[in-house]
Amino acid sequence: MSDSLVIKNLNASIGDRPILKDFSLTVPKGEVHAIMGPNGTGKSTLSKVLAGHPDYSVQSGEAFLDGEQILGLEPDVVARAGLFLAFQYPSEIPGVTIANFIRAALVARQAKGAPFDAKAYYAELYAKMDALKMDRKFTSRFVNEGFSGGEKKRCEILQLMMLKPKYAVLDETDSGLDIDALRIVSEGVNAMRGPDTGFLVITHYQRLLEYIVPDRVHIMWDGRIVHSGGKELALELEEKGYDWVKQDLAKA
Amino acid sequence: MADIDENLAQREAIEVDRSKGDFKYEENYAFDAGIGLTPSTIDYIAKVKGEEEWIREFRQKSLKIFQEMPMPTHWATADLENIKFEDIRYYLSKGQKPVRTWEEVPDDVKQTFERLGIPESERKFLAGVEAQFDSEAVYSRMKEELEKQGVIFCGPTEGLRDHPEIFRKWFGKVIPIGDNKFAALNSAVFSGGSFIYIPKGVKVAQPLQAYFRINAENFGQFERTLIIADEGSEVTYMEGCTAPKFETATLHSAVVELVALKGAKIQYITVQNWSANVFNLVTKRGVAEEDAEVRWIDCNIGSRLTMKYPGVVLRGKRARGEVLSIALANDGQHQDTGAKMIHAADDTTSNIIAKSISVGEGRSTYRGLVHIPKTLSNCRNNTECDALLINEHSRTDTYPAISVRGRKNSVQHEASVSKVSAEQIFYMMQRGLSEGEAMSLAVNGFVNDLVKEFPMEYSVELKRLIELQMEGSVG
Repeated sequence: MSDSLVIKNLNASIGDRPILKDFSLTVPKGEVHAIMGPNGTGKSTLSKVLAGHPDYSVQSGEAFLDGEQILGLEPDVVARAGLFLAFQYPSEIPGVTIANFIRAALVARQAKGAPFDAKAYYAELYAKMDALKMDRKFTSRFVNEGFSGGEKKRCEILQLMMLKPKYAVLDETDSGLDIDALRIVSEGVNAMRGPDTGFLVITHYQRLLEYIVPDRVHIMWDGRIVHSGGKELALELEEKGYDWVKQDLAKA
Repeated sequence: MADIDENLAQREAIEVDRSKGDFKYEENYAFDAGIGLTPSTIDYIAKVKGEEEWIREFRQKSLKIFQEMPMPTHWATADLENIKFEDIRYYLSKGQKPVRTWEEVPDDVKQTFERLGIPESERKFLAGVEAQFDSEAVYSRMKEELEKQGVIFCGPTEGLRDHPEIFRKWFGKVIPIGDNKFAALNSAVFSGGSFIYIPKGVKVAQPLQAYFRINAENFGQFERTLIIADEGSEVTYMEGCTAPKFETATLHSAVVELVALKGAKIQYITVQNWSANVFNLVTKRGVAEEDAEVRWIDCNIGSRLTMKYPGVVLRGKRARGEVLSIALANDGQHQDTGAKMIHAADDTTSNIIAKSISVGEGRSTYRGLVHIPKTLSNCRNNTECDALLINEHSRTDTYPAISVRGRKNSVQHEASVSKVSAEQIFYMMQRGLSEGEAMSLAVNGFVNDLVKEFPMEYSVELKRLIELQMEGSVG
């Protein structure tokens, strides 16, 4: 419990439309869990609700990050508590460079007035960019402005690597990526795997899971998990298609 | 880029944020023109200052024009009607002469400027400083080597008395008395401000700075500035302003005239941070002769109502004029700002970039005037105005008046209005920034390309001021 991301009987809606229905899931630190499911089943809503997005309301349930209740907290408080969300559609922030943005995010995690080691920061930033095969000129580009789909996703992973959260939720990070970008992004995530970080990988396709091999795979349908298994479940799902979920699993 | 940002962060800014400005010391004035404005108020000011008769006459004539001119409420805001000219004190001073060391400045006044960080900035990066407290300068000092080169940096009283051959020629010529009602008011009761002369070919590397402080309530500050850059010379002048938060409205109405003679360059930078009950009604205009350049950098963060449209008259061939303007209007504020470019010679170019941010119930207005007559050729103007709205209730208006005639002239105009979206804020907060930090980052991003044009110390200060404003604007 104190070393996991625990979601219990979560019910959440947007407007008066219920989306998450008694959703429960536990991601222990150090593991990679994948959530698969057809469109419109509530995968992205889950990530937004955990991150505290103001458009969603929670009716009941709990979510604990290493034992700390995170539902109802402001998005920045949840973020600083250690939850990172890699967005499916990251926002553009005109005029704010990537270097300054990540720096501001790191400073927000420091004690107020504490000195910032800029030299160490740039050394680390450049190393991580090299790993993601990003041109160093990228640091002076404005966050997500005019980025290709692949550049946006790489930028999300760069932020993930720099901010080192306890838990990372990757929302459809594979969408819009060609095979090379997919491999590079996956390598970035894999480099971060370890006992200190838990991952929740949301994806529509099995393809991503060939590169980021999950410890557990969960199938989501109509606002809750209907089936869980090992990594082979993803292959089974790919083979049988989502109709299988609708016909067999939804009944369960 | 990254390295520039490093420098920015490492340098210490001069602190003139609003919270720092919100304090005041007891009022004890040796000279007080009393409340209200009559011909005898004018005579009192002229007498206290020991001015020559022609200046007294100039003032009296200006008073008449001021009283005859109507309020410009037909096009501007009706808030102007709330100025009660009869309740204002037009001249207050402790009878001090500007001194040359901070030790000689009276303690309470010195403490004021120390709290605002002025002496520290002077040590760090300024070539000269003048500090004005209510109606008169209390401190004025310039580096000796500049004095030896013949640079003059003083107030209007000293300038007109000691160097009439230099200043009288241009005084009231760039902005005539009747230019507008508030220019006439200033011409009647002006006191304090900077009179600067840069001799031929002298390039002043570090900025000269004036700092304007209003300490008394129900008071009007009417400083007058005239900068003459002789042929081939260069100067950067910066001004900052603060006042405590008073219960009643206070008036600040300055006139600033710039003269850039052949090949000279003047850069004039303002960071206006008056408290939110100051009416800030200022007339600023420069003349650029052949190959000369006048550049206004105008940042308006404070005040209740600001009406200010710095202008350049491009009088000589190849003259250049530029206005870079940033306005931030928060709850209860109206920033009515803009620029004027009057092309009066061939091959002249002008550039206007105005960015405004409206927060909460704040209102910002851009007014621009670009005039290129058809008799001229090869003149160019570029105007960009961008507005950023932070939420539903804020308001922005743009009134660009561009009159360009003649086939050989060109003009380019772009305007945009954008909004900080809830999704952008959520995205930034998901990275750990508070709502206020997220907003100020978005706002700083919006003004980023303009701020890069500013001298280092001022860009740091401006960023801090924006952060403070945005922090305060989030419930």
